[in-house]
Amino acid sequence: MKLKGTFKELLRYPSAIIGLSIILLLIVVAVYAVVSVPYDEAVRLWRGGKDPTTGLDIWYRNPKYAGPTWTNLFRRDKLPETIVMSTAEGSAEKEVFAGDVNVYTMTFPFEFEAASFASDMVIFFDAKFTEKKPHVSMSWTKPDGTVVRVADLGVEKGQAFYFAQDAKLTKKLGGVAPVKALFAVDPAAQPPAVMKGQYKLEVLGFTFEPDSTLDAELIVYGQLAGIAGTDHLRRDLKVALLWGTPVALSFGLLAALGTTITTMLIAAIATWFGGWVDALIQRITQVNMVLPFLPILIMIGVFYSRSIFVILGATILLSIFGASILNYRSIFLQVKESGYIDAARAYGAGNWRVIFRYLLPKIIPMMIPALVTGIPAYVFLEASLAVLGLGDPSLPTWGKAISDAQANGALYQGLFYWVLEPAVLLILCGMAFALLGFSLDRIFNPRLRGQ
Amino acid sequence: MSEATLAAAPKAGAAEKKKGGSSALVRLLRYSLVRLVLLFVTVVVGVYLTILIANMGGHVDKIQRGQIRESVDQAFAMNPQFKALPEAQKLKMREEQYAIQEKRLGLDKPFLVRSVIYLKNAITLDLGRALQMSSDSGSKMVKNILLERMPATLVLFGTADLLLFTLGVLLALSVSRKYGSTIDKIVVMMAPTSSAPGWFYGIFLILIFAALLGWLPFGHMVDAPPPDNKGLYLLSMLKHMILPVAALTMTLLPIQIYSWRTFFLIYSSEDYVEMAKAKGLKDKDIERRYILRPTLPVIITSFSLLVIAIWVGAPIFETIFQWPGFGRALYQAIGLYDTPVIVGECVIYAYLLAITLFLLDFVYALVDPRVKVGGGQGRAG
Repeated sequence: MKLKGTFKELLRYPSAIIGLSIILLLIVVAVYAVVSVPYDEAVRLWRGGKDPTTGLDIWYRNPKYAGPTWTNLFRRDKLPETIVMSTAEGSAEKEVFAGDVNVYTMTFPFEFEAASFASDMVIFFDAKFTEKKPHVSMSWTKPDGTVVRVADLGVEKGQAFYFAQDAKLTKKLGGVAPVKALFAVDPAAQPPAVMKGQYKLEVLGFTFEPDSTLDAELIVYGQLAGIAGTDHLRRDLKVALLWGTPVALSFGLLAALGTTITTMLIAAIATWFGGWVDALIQRITQVNMVLPFLPILIMIGVFYSRSIFVILGATILLSIFGASILNYRSIFLQVKESGYIDAARAYGAGNWRVIFRYLLPKIIPMMIPALVTGIPAYVFLEASLAVLGLGDPSLPTWGKAISDAQANGALYQGLFYWVLEPAVLLILCGMAFALLGFSLDRIFNPRLRGQ
Repeated sequence: MSEATLAAAPKAGAAEKKKGGSSALVRLLRYSLVRLVLLFVTVVVGVYLTILIANMGGHVDKIQRGQIRESVDQAFAMNPQFKALPEAQKLKMREEQYAIQEKRLGLDKPFLVRSVIYLKNAITLDLGRALQMSSDSGSKMVKNILLERMPATLVLFGTADLLLFTLGVLLALSVSRKYGSTIDKIVVMMAPTSSAPGWFYGIFLILIFAALLGWLPFGHMVDAPPPDNKGLYLLSMLKHMILPVAALTMTLLPIQIYSWRTFFLIYSSEDYVEMAKAKGLKDKDIERRYILRPTLPVIITSFSLLVIAIWVGAPIFETIFQWPGFGRALYQAIGLYDTPVIVGECVIYAYLLAITLFLLDFVYALVDPRVKVGGGQGRAG
């Protein structure tokens, strides 16, 4: 009944509505994250590294340092997106002429309409043979019909040809970086302009054994990738942004709950029993004030464990005896003198019954806003530790993304999306709880409303 | 400075007592002395806890043993006298040296004794030698490394604290005058923005003013290379301080104005304020004498919590702005796994927080008339 009334009153505050809807949205995102990318999968994706079956990096199809694709909507001069064409997956044509020597013709035609150059271009080969290596020769056709012989080489499984790093090709193109020269109207012009239109890479392959196979995959790395962009390890930031949500929400909520409830309980015990218990708790609170919270957490992170559960436990332990214990204490002192407490004593209620049934419920209106307002501090604490390099080693979180961005000089390089995306999520989460908490405070403690 | 005054306090107190008088000054000094002793005890307990946490499972011991081994091994490798000796004998001599060194540092004693040795060392700021880091003057002592960086931190956070206090009080007063107005509503609306910490706003400010507009530097304390001229040096430092101070102000000012405005509003509805208004006193006088005066102790208490929060956030805040202060040293120590520096930082932090608390307590005593009149206040809180 009372809860319903509070909720109704809450809806009268616009800030509370905004806060609640953001929180709801974040919860939906968190649930989606956990359901769509299971925990183990998220950890595996974020760890990156080689895929055991293909031998390639699991993120090899993503460009490095690529912004989110939707930013193109706001650009007149579009940035290129990544183009992936694979003969094995059927996204590129492959024709085989069998004979003494099997001849493969693989064509990779694609449109290139962006106003700036691709960030990189690589062709990966997958060949099966026993003794004699298959051989390929590649040629590049520009939209205006110019043909460039790219390279001739023998290939094996997992071999890659990096256009940008091929010295022979660079020399052939007059010393201009191949990824630029192959797309430019006039490679010698300064700055070179992109030639838009239909490009084609033709790969002529020869295998010399009857059961040899040959496949190729061309990747024209763009400057944009995915809904969230990528980082220095080609990882999709979406993983960190998605999984950061449940981590931030649960860390914030658990830490705030753990701290507030224990603090309240201790304050109640201190005031009820008084005497040395009260004095002791006050002394502990004072010692806790000179204990440097963040440096000690850092020490724990460096010496013992960076696991989020250890950090959560340490956070709660270090925050229990915070300054709010004194606030609660002063209120409990007033409550202790009320008549109904005397009445409870008179009917013979024991210490614990009085504490749990009569003291604690009295303070809940004060506690709920404090709890909700306290959540952002813990959400940001997790991010702070991550920025200092002490985030949970396996979990992808918002703070980890900011930390990587910071370590790779994202702001210096103008890679703003890398910092902004996790930062916006952090501030959304923090503001939502703060807005809700402040509204709750005004409902539960209407000290100033009558004025 | 305050310690000097305090050293004179007991004598002055005794002298006054003999005369039978008990002036406000004596009460103030006695109060401060009691606070100082209490805070020192607090620091000792705090530092001991820090050591316990640091040495849980013998972590610090292990590091110390490793350090002894390394330095002994190095001494053996460097000394040509030992070159000719057979391997077995060298090994034996090394083992002996390890034992001697461990005994010298008290590593053979039980943990309780060792922790007291560590405590004594920590309290006297004998924080050992850093593994990797060194101070600008070339010293490897943790104490020197950390204290050398203190001025940079004090300048930055001192400026921010002063700005926050003055701006906070002035703005809160002027907003409390206009309860319910648009500006008051804006203040209430803005209060939740304080939920994000200073470093977070720092990132945004760097993004806008350094990366996009290029008006202000990304970080650091002065230009590189630092200007020779003192005036130019100061100017360069001021330029580098704009963003960090702005970031701290942005994050803390809204909540400060909001909560202090609430205090002022509560106190301005008191009967004696109404009385003063009825008497026809000027608004300015009412504010100064009847509102600001009684709220000042409350405000100072809330401010001391704020100052502590800012101090504790220094490691991350200074890292974002690459401010070469005491907090960033901790970040560098994490990167280098320089354990003595990490433990030392925690110890110095405890001192720093205690000194901050003491100074604010002292100011509190100055503005709270009850301390001077009642005298019993000294033991409370």
